Amino acid sequence: MKLLSIFTGLFIIVSLIFNRQKTWEGVKKGAAMFLRLLPTLILMLVLVSIVLYLIPEEKLAKYMGEGSGIAGWATAALFGSVALIPGFIAYPLCGILVKGGVAYSVIAVFITTLMMTGFLTLPVEAKFFGWKISVIRNLISLAAALLIGLFMGFFL
Amino acid sequence: MKKFQKYIFPLVFLVLIGLSYLFDFAAGEKIGLNFWMFFKEMILFLPLMFILIGLFDVWIPRKRIEKHIGKESGWKGTGLVILLATLQAGPLYSAFPFAYILWKKGCSIRNVFIYLGAFSTIKIPMLTFEIGFLGLKFSLLRTLITLPVFILIGYLMEWHLKDKDFEVKQP
Repeated sequence: MKLLSIFTGLFIIVSLIFNRQKTWEGVKKGAAMFLRLLPTLILMLVLVSIVLYLIPEEKLAKYMGEGSGIAGWATAALFGSVALIPGFIAYPLCGILVKGGVAYSVIAVFITTLMMTGFLTLPVEAKFFGWKISVIRNLISLAAALLIGLFMGFFL
Repeated sequence: MKKFQKYIFPLVFLVLIGLSYLFDFAAGEKIGLNFWMFFKEMILFLPLMFILIGLFDVWIPRKRIEKHIGKESGWKGTGLVILLATLQAGPLYSAFPFAYILWKKGCSIRNVFIYLGAFSTIKIPMLTFEIGFLGLKFSLLRTLITLPVFILIGYLMEWHLKDKDFEVKQP
């Protein structure tokens, strides 16, 4: 975060030195894109915060825990796919789940889908890629996550 | 008027959260807290990101980018987008605008999706987090297994989209 601010700041200063008009044009372009995307972003964040509230941590550990088999995998893939959850929430949650007896392969499915697929973030993704491609990318990523889980289970 | 309409839903949401606090409605308070956490992350990241993208757009010539990560760039191009992605931070939705600018500057379809894959799963700032909570062995193994998988996804998407008029749109 700090790095990004410093980097952006430096970039703006250097850009200003070389060409003020071009800098202004670039900043305006970026800001306009951000503002156009903002309503969709907020909608997505509202949905994610509601869903995150509805997912009960203790229940997750139970459904994905020891001896849960296919059901555990399905739970991990399903809950993981709903929302894109940032690492600073996802990893502590996974830490709790591992302590609760969830297998590493299931954790791998959960974490991969959490980060790679997000059905609630589709509206944002679709603004860039269109609905069809966004859905395809998410479905392929879901399959990939299951594959990754299988391999992890094989090695761990 | 239409511009205003888009904000009706968030406004209703905010009012509901406000009421929850007023009347001590626990569920609403929790959801409000979640929202604030996500919103903070987004509002700190994205404006800077978009300004960078705007500047990138006016300064960097398409030819230069296309040469390195375009259609003819091969494995070196793939390596470059992976490196670029792993050095960044933030949730996946902050990678979409960057994917747009890479595409606009001539990045190949395959590399756009490899970039998204690498960004979502093997960012270095996030890996340090992962090692902390799940251990080095897990993290290393997951990275090694995931790497070829999303490169494969890049090839798959390219194969699927190469005859279609694919584009990454400006939001």
